[in-house]
Amino acid sequence: MALLKVKNMRKDFDGLEVLKGIDFELNKGEVLAIIGASGSGKTTLLRCLNFLETPTSGEIYIDDKLIYDAQKDIDLSDAQLREKRLNFGLVFQQFNLFPQYNVLSNITLAPSLYIKADIKRKKKEANLEYIKNLFKPGARKIFLQKRSDLRQQANSMHEDIEKLAMKLLKRVGLLDKVKSYPCELSGGQCQRLAIARALALNPKILCFDEPTSALDPELTGEVLKVIKSLKSKDSTMIIVTHEMEFARKVADKVIYMADGVIEEMGTPSEVFGNSKSQKTRAFLQKEPI
Amino acid sequence: MDFGQIMLSLAQGFATTCLLFILTLIMSLPLGLIIAFCSMSKIKPIRWLSRTIVWIVRGSPLMLQIIIVFYVPGLVFNYPMESRMFAVTVAFVINYACYFSEIYRGGIESIPKGQYEAGKVLGMTSTQIFFKVVLLQVIKRIMPPVSNEVITLVKDTSLARIISVGELIKSSQDMMKATASILPLFYSGIFYLAFNGILTLLFNYIEKKLNYYQG
Repeated sequence: MALLKVKNMRKDFDGLEVLKGIDFELNKGEVLAIIGASGSGKTTLLRCLNFLETPTSGEIYIDDKLIYDAQKDIDLSDAQLREKRLNFGLVFQQFNLFPQYNVLSNITLAPSLYIKADIKRKKKEANLEYIKNLFKPGARKIFLQKRSDLRQQANSMHEDIEKLAMKLLKRVGLLDKVKSYPCELSGGQCQRLAIARALALNPKILCFDEPTSALDPELTGEVLKVIKSLKSKDSTMIIVTHEMEFARKVADKVIYMADGVIEEMGTPSEVFGNSKSQKTRAFLQKEPI
Repeated sequence: MDFGQIMLSLAQGFATTCLLFILTLIMSLPLGLIIAFCSMSKIKPIRWLSRTIVWIVRGSPLMLQIIIVFYVPGLVFNYPMESRMFAVTVAFVINYACYFSEIYRGGIESIPKGQYEAGKVLGMTSTQIFFKVVLLQVIKRIMPPVSNEVITLVKDTSLARIISVGELIKSSQDMMKATASILPLFYSGIFYLAFNGILTLLFNYIEKKLNYYQG
């Protein structure tokens, strides 16, 4: 059973067709590398998967369950879109860290906002119940108990998030930078922080949009090392990259895109070593491995 | 008339100036944000309306606006303004809200799209993205133009005398007539300078506080 299935995804920008029907499947624990020349639609595909762009048509299945159908889901509410989006994580080329928060807060900001929203909702429920049972004996006691339980729950959830963030920072090697601000980090450190931030929400599929294109070769290495270390049977990743060597070594599946279609798809050895398409061969000859 | 009396009279005018200044700031800062949102609205009629208002308010003299707010209700709707201070405050709030709205708009539009997208892929709501991610960055960026505008406001309050609100310049003019000397006018300048000096220090302090991060 495929974890992710994309069916006939199309996207056009005011008549300019960027994606011309993309179909692929990805199993759990697999790493998919998407390669191709600039303008071939790689980034647009990734942005469509994360709902930063609305596909013109196409279906997205997760665990064989249809989660998005561009034809039907035209007017999704923000909340519905958010829920679908959380299946995916995205690491940007330009990091997009929050400059006013320190390293730890960059990771904990989004999760702690959910906790707050969740607790607030529960508090409201408790308030309503209290008002309903206002004249019953003992209602106030139950209400106060509930409130203090919620407070404790919130505290422990915040602590858990912080622990998780520290664990992730250790994993990406930034434990000594916890209190630093993004402006004090090198490009490689920024990107590693961005990876940790995406991991904190525990997405089913983690996407990377050219994660090393804004970095010099030396920093590229440290980021690729971290991405490689994430590979496990539980983590599924899609990586748009120009690092052919990395794609060949780390990916389980490679897609070569050209002009908005999948020109070639297969294992790294199939695509790199034994490409069937003329276009793929021409592209790979130009790109140094 | 001795120096003490002149100063006392000027201080009274200065109190009115301060009151007008504070009232205008308190109301125009948030109102400006609302106008900024309207100017950036996806709904075209709202956007056009808002931008037209901003054009009219920024494009005509504040003095004229004060006169209109004070006299038009009485002349046209037969509902005369009772309080001069109220009229002048309304005119100032509208005028400054429009200027602030353009500063806000510039600040908000200068935030890279990536910040919104990062918030989105992390599952934040638009409200959370605005208040938790964007707002502080906007505030940092707009601090210099806002401080400019605030300092201008201090001096613009002198326009209130056009409908005989007893602010600082008005009292210094009264003192000039009473003492037959030009000195009270210079004294009033010292009030403005001192006030703006304090404001400058305050804004420097805020900018320094916001300098804990770059970018």
